[in-house]
Formats: sequence, structure tokens, C-alpha cells
Amino acid sequence: MSTAAPQTWDEFMEGVWRQNPVFVMVLGMCPTLAVTVSAINALSMGAATLFVLVCSCGLVSLMRAVTPKEVRIAVYIVIIATFVTAVDYAIQAISLALYDALGAFIQLIVVNCIILGRAEAHASKNTPLPAMINAAGMGVGFTLGLLALGVVREVLGAGSLFGVALFGAGFQPWVIMVLPPGGFFVLGAWLLFFAWLERRKLRRAASLTEAGQHV
Amino acid sequence: MSAPSANDKKVIPIAVAAAAAPPPESPTGAMIRSLGLVSAICGLIIVGAYQGTYDAVAANKRIATERAVFKVLPKAKTIAEFLAQPGGGVSRVGAGGTAIPPGSVKFFAAYDESGKLAGIAAEGVGKGYADNVRIMFGYQPDCQCVVGIGVVAMRETPGIGDKIITDKEFLANFTALDVKLKSDLSALANEVRTVKRGSKTNAWQIDAIAGATITSRAVGRAINDSAQALLPRLVPNLDKLGSKS
Amino acid sequence: MTQPLIEIRSAPHVQAAKTVETIMRNVVYSLLPICAFYVFQYGISALASIAVVTGACLATERFFVGTGTQAGRLSDYSAVITGLLLALTLPPGFPLWMGAVAGIVAIALGKALFGGIGFNVFNPALVGRAFVQAAFPTAIATYTPSFLPGRFTEFIPSTLAWPLMIPADAAVWLKAKHLDALAGATPLAKWKFDGVLANADELLTSLSGHMAVGPSPLLILVCGAYLAARRFMDWRIPLAVLGSAALTAWLLFAFDPARYPNPFFMLFSGGLILGAVYMATDMATSPVTPKGMWVYGALIGLLTVVIRYYSGLPEGVMYAILIANAASPLIEKITQPVPFGRGAILGMDRVKKRASYPLNPGYISREEASAVTPKKRFLPNKPKK
Repeated sequence: MSTAAPQTWDEFMEGVWRQNPVFVMVLGMCPTLAVTVSAINALSMGAATLFVLVCSCGLVSLMRAVTPKEVRIAVYIVIIATFVTAVDYAIQAISLALYDALGAFIQLIVVNCIILGRAEAHASKNTPLPAMINAAGMGVGFTLGLLALGVVREVLGAGSLFGVALFGAGFQPWVIMVLPPGGFFVLGAWLLFFAWLERRKLRRAASLTEAGQHV
Repeated sequence: MSAPSANDKKVIPIAVAAAAAPPPESPTGAMIRSLGLVSAICGLIIVGAYQGTYDAVAANKRIATERAVFKVLPKAKTIAEFLAQPGGGVSRVGAGGTAIPPGSVKFFAAYDESGKLAGIAAEGVGKGYADNVRIMFGYQPDCQCVVGIGVVAMRETPGIGDKIITDKEFLANFTALDVKLKSDLSALANEVRTVKRGSKTNAWQIDAIAGATITSRAVGRAINDSAQALLPRLVPNLDKLGSKS
Repeated sequence: MTQPLIEIRSAPHVQAAKTVETIMRNVVYSLLPICAFYVFQYGISALASIAVVTGACLATERFFVGTGTQAGRLSDYSAVITGLLLALTLPPGFPLWMGAVAGIVAIALGKALFGGIGFNVFNPALVGRAFVQAAFPTAIATYTPSFLPGRFTEFIPSTLAWPLMIPADAAVWLKAKHLDALAGATPLAKWKFDGVLANADELLTSLSGHMAVGPSPLLILVCGAYLAARRFMDWRIPLAVLGSAALTAWLLFAFDPARYPNPFFMLFSGGLILGAVYMATDMATSPVTPKGMWVYGALIGLLTVVIRYYSGLPEGVMYAILIANAASPLIEKITQPVPFGRGAILGMDRVKKRASYPLNPGYISREEASAVTPKKRFLPNKPKK
């Protein structure tokens, strides 16, 4: 696998768009639905996951030659848990309020299937650089997905964006948006939107084969 | 995803059906070595991260505590952390937070600009609608009353339960909530109680928020439990808190 | 359209002249008197609310039908029904922009997400209402009294709130009109929070003044009877809903008359009649088996009363129907009718063997040709000709 620029870009964009963890693979739904009540929470959760993803995939890839098949999952989990712990400390150091807002979901990054999935499916079979690029793409895709939910939920649920009030004092907050059902509703709406986008693209590309398309 | 996933699915390729022998097992030594290596690397990373962030985390926690105390005791400028011992008596906790011996209650003494005691702040926990509601309340020794509350942590329903920090009428309960002790200083003279909205008649009662009764009750119970545990030990020793040295 | 010579398709082979469109159109017709009376009660605000909510539903439906991802057409009237029903469940002074949100959510998330008419799991109108109830709990609990003077010339102030902005306080407006703010509470809310029971005639007709009630239950029953008589609606479901609600309420009433209101009040207050006649009978979301309809209706009635008595909400019809909607595939599965002739023959062991069909070797399809052929059974007592 060469690391020529277009291919690297391709590798990166796979996670951002084509295989987007949130909207295409629908993975890691627990943090997606739980912490996206505001844009800043979504962004920091995404950033934390991105960091853990890139670092652990790099280390998994480095260790792939000395990792026997039988103990590989144990090795991956230890590596992932290490970086999660580091992120946990880092967030406490940056802002305790943020740490409280994200709650247990920082620690739960350990069991985020995106990370273990990347480590098993990609990083353990590639050299560190492509592995990290691929992981970064996934991480960025995850962050964008969280942000897409977080922005909608914060704008409607609190009338602000990144804490900046948008509508003035008379704004009617949509209480549901900061409650768990709001996460499901917004996610559903986004999935509907992306399905519609996909449909439109397919239809434009080949209007003949429309009948047999997958849903 | 590409070719490698074919192996995981146990699809036997037609041409090499005979070569389905299990892969050779790895020697135990290699497994132990690699696990050891991973543990060593990870241990180093964790220790590094802990050391690197220790000061910042401690500073953050201190600022958060101070902010919570200053909120319930607006006159305060500096704070000191104390423990009320199970047998009575209070002791100062050094900076850095040593382990708290069982049975003792943590509280903060707050001092104003001139170093005089401005009030006491303590935490209380009550079971709310979704999870425990942790509050910080300010206690004024002069009037023996609670003079302000702030929420440390809660997961109550936004728009309903979280009115306890926004509802002005509810917060007005805590401008002078009576927590006088009995004459023998063994317990509160009157239990702090949350009552139905509009039926507050005594200074030790709390008017609940309509529609958020459970959360209101949690606040009342948090103050009551904490005051019952703390005040009998604290009040006889008030002079020991002295002034800011 | 050219008539094909041979038409090959799966069952059903017998068709009635009724199409989806005919049924839906008739449901709309039957809803019109109810809407008219609702407008008569609440005036111009109710009219605007109905128009905006239905308009939002139709616009959303048009968009999704235009994407080509949906079953059904705009002209099949189903979105009109959703809009009208949704408007009838909302308070008359509900801000128009929130009504539009409810309409969009009802069609987009209640229907389009699942693939259009016939594919939706939940009643779209109730999905829309559930959404706004959770999003705007204050606005949806703010009722104004009916038959206010000047209702045909003056909007209820909350109706005209700017989009995304908090609506004006209805209590202030009512005070200016020298009305008690409590007059704006629904009979159910009055009972739940103040322990006041409304009179029977007021509940039935909604005619006496200054009560915050929805459309008249009597009128809904009459319109529902029309639909049932013309077989556009199955009579079993409303009957089962009302019967089970009445039974539950009566049992509780008999148990402790001081604590629980009489079953009559339970039946005719709130949205139970509207829900039973128009919401629960939604064809896509209710079971098709007759036995299933009874179970489904009974479940709704029971849940409604339970939610009203024991939860923090004054009204429970909406959630009861949504829960029963979710349960209806399961209900359908366990109430599969026994194939013709099967029940009488097997007699005793009928329950055990209900789902097994003896296969005639002649009908075994090619895919199943390699399967074990069941022995042909000669039944001892054939059905008589």
C-alpha cells in the first residue's frame, strides 16, 4: 500500500464520508446520543475519541509484529484503556465542568466499538502511518457526526451555539432536545437526510436502475 | 472492507479446502512477552499523563470548590477545609486532600476580606428524580440558619427538576432557613422539611416547586441529613475555626 | 392502463371497490363536522391552527413524495387526516409555529422515516403530538376556555407567537378578560390537580361555556358511527378501547369512590373518545386480526386509565396508543386466525398445532422440493358440503 497523496487522502476520507461511523455505519451510538446536548460537549467528546483512536491505532500497528493472535484483543483493550485514561486526566485538567458534562462517557470510550473495530480490522494489518491516517479519518468522521447532532440540539434546545445565545431573551427552548429522546429524533432526522441525499445521487447517476436499489 | 475479512467468516475457499489446518499456536513465552511489553508501555503512558496533569487537576478542583462556596456565601473571599470528627471536634485538612477518616464530615470555613469567619459551607446529598442531587449550602453561625444553596451535581430533568437553581421563589426559601440546634446541641431543634407548595408556615420548612416535588424534597433531605450530622459537632467548636491565620 | 392478459401475483385475489383513497376521503369528510364545531368553540385561532398544521403536514408529505422514497401519493388524503387529527389534539391557542413543527415532525419522523403510508409503525399524528409535548410542555398544557366573546375576530395571543419565541402568557390575557386563570385548565387537569369533577352534560356536548375542552365527544361518536356503518373503520377497536377503559375505571371506582372518579368522567373527558375513534383505528398501525383488535383496544383502554391515575401526566391516551401501536405486530402474531376447517377437526390439541399447515404435495414449490414431504392426511370427519 503506497502512501501517495491521493491514496492517503482517500484513506482519510473513507472514515469522514463514505464509511462515516455515525451516519453510515451507525456505530458508537451510546456517546452519540448521550453527550450531544451541546456543540461543545459533542466537539470535546469527538476530539477525545479522535485522540484515543489515532494513538491506539498507531500503537496497535507498531505492536502488530509482536502480538500473538491469541492475546490480541487483550493487548488492544489495554492500549485503548491507557489512552482513555490519559484523555480522562487531560479533560479534568482542562475543565472540570466539561468533565462533569461528559460524565462516564469519557471512560466508556474504552468500549466504543469504533476504536476496537479499527484496531482489529485495519491497524493490526497495516503500517503505522496508514493506520493512523485511517483512524484519524474515522475520528474526524465521528466528531463531525457528533457535531451535527450537537449543533442542532443546542440551537433548538438552548437557543445558543457554543454557548453564544442566538435568539435573544424570548427564545422558546425545545425541552425535548436536551432530553434523551431528542438525541434519537435528531439522529433519525439526520439519517433521513443522508438517505435522501444518497437516493438523489443514485437516481441522478442512473435513473434506469432505480427499481432494484437497496434501501 | 477488503479481502482479509474472508478469513474471519470461516468461508472455506473451494480451491484450498484441504489446507484448512488450524494455524500454529503461538508459544506461551511470546504471549507473556507481548503482554508484558504492552503493560509496560501503557503503564509509562498512564503515569506520565497522571504526573503531567496532576497540578492542573488539583488547581481546577480547588477553584471549583471555591466557586461553589463563594456562591452560597457571597461575602467569603478565602476558604479552608475542615473535618468534623465523629466524636466531636474539628480538624483542619491540609491542602492536597488527605484521605477522609470514616464517619467524619467535610466542611469549609469561609473567611471574608478581613479574615473573619464569614460562614460555613458543607455538602449534602439527597436522592432526586434521576440520580443523587448533591448540593452545597451556606450556614451562618450568627442566625443559625442556611443562607444559600448551590448545586454541585445533579441529573434532574432539564426544565423541570433543574428549576431548583433558577426558580426564584424556591431559592427564597434559603435566605434564612432555620437550622437551630436543640439546647443540648444533640440534634436539630426542627427537622428541615420540604412541604407542598404554598404550605410553608415555619422557618425550617421549604416550599416545594410545583411539578418538581421530588427534586425539591431531595434538596430538603440533603440539607437536613448533612446539618444533622455536621452541626452538633460544629457548633460547640465554632471558636476553633477562629479567623484566618 | 392496458389490461394484462394474465396477472401473476400473491394474495389477496379478491378486491373490494374500496381503495385507500376512498377510505381516507371518507375519514376526512367525517372529520369536517368535528373541525367545524371546534372552530365554532374556539373561533379564529382554532381555524388558523387547523389550517397551519394541515398545511405543514401536506407540504412535508409533498416534499417526501417528491423524493421518490415513499409509498403513497399526496392525493391519498392520508396527510390531511394526520393534519386534522393533530390539530384537534393540540390546544386551540397553540402557537402556530409550534403547530407547524408538530406537523412536519408528524410526517417526517412519524411516516416518511418508515417509508410512507402503510409502513409507519406509529400513528403519525401522535408522533407529532408526542414530540411537541416533550419539546414545549408549557405551551401544550395551556388551554383557553371555549365560547369566549369575540373569538371570531380576535386571536388568542399565544397563537401568533413569533417562530422560535416564547408565546404570550395566556393567563394575563384571560385576566384582562376577567376570567379566572383556572378556567383554562382541562377537566382532566382540574380533576388531577384540584380534585374538581366536571358535569356530565358539559363533558358530553362541550356546549356550556368557558370550559377548556376539546371537540365534543358526542359529535365524534356520531361521525365515528358513520365511518363504522360504511365499513371504513373497524368498530371493534373503539368499542374495545372504551369498554376496557370503562371497566378499569369502574373497578377502581367501585374499589374506592372517594379517590377515583366515576367511569363516565374517565370516558368522556380528555381525548379518549377522539383517540379511540380516530387514532387507535389507524389501519397501518393497528392489528388486522379481529381477535387482535380486541386485545389491542383493551390494551389502550387499560393503559389510558392507568396513566391517568398513576403517572404525573393528566392525559394518557396518546402514550397508551403509541405503546399499543408498538405492540400491534406482536398482537397480530399471537392472534393469527386458525385456517378454515382446522379448528373444528383438531378439537383438543388445536392450540398446540395451530401454526402448522399440512402441505399438499402438489403445492410444494420448487425451492421446497428437496424438503421432506409431509404425508397426506385423510381427515376422519371432512367438513360437510
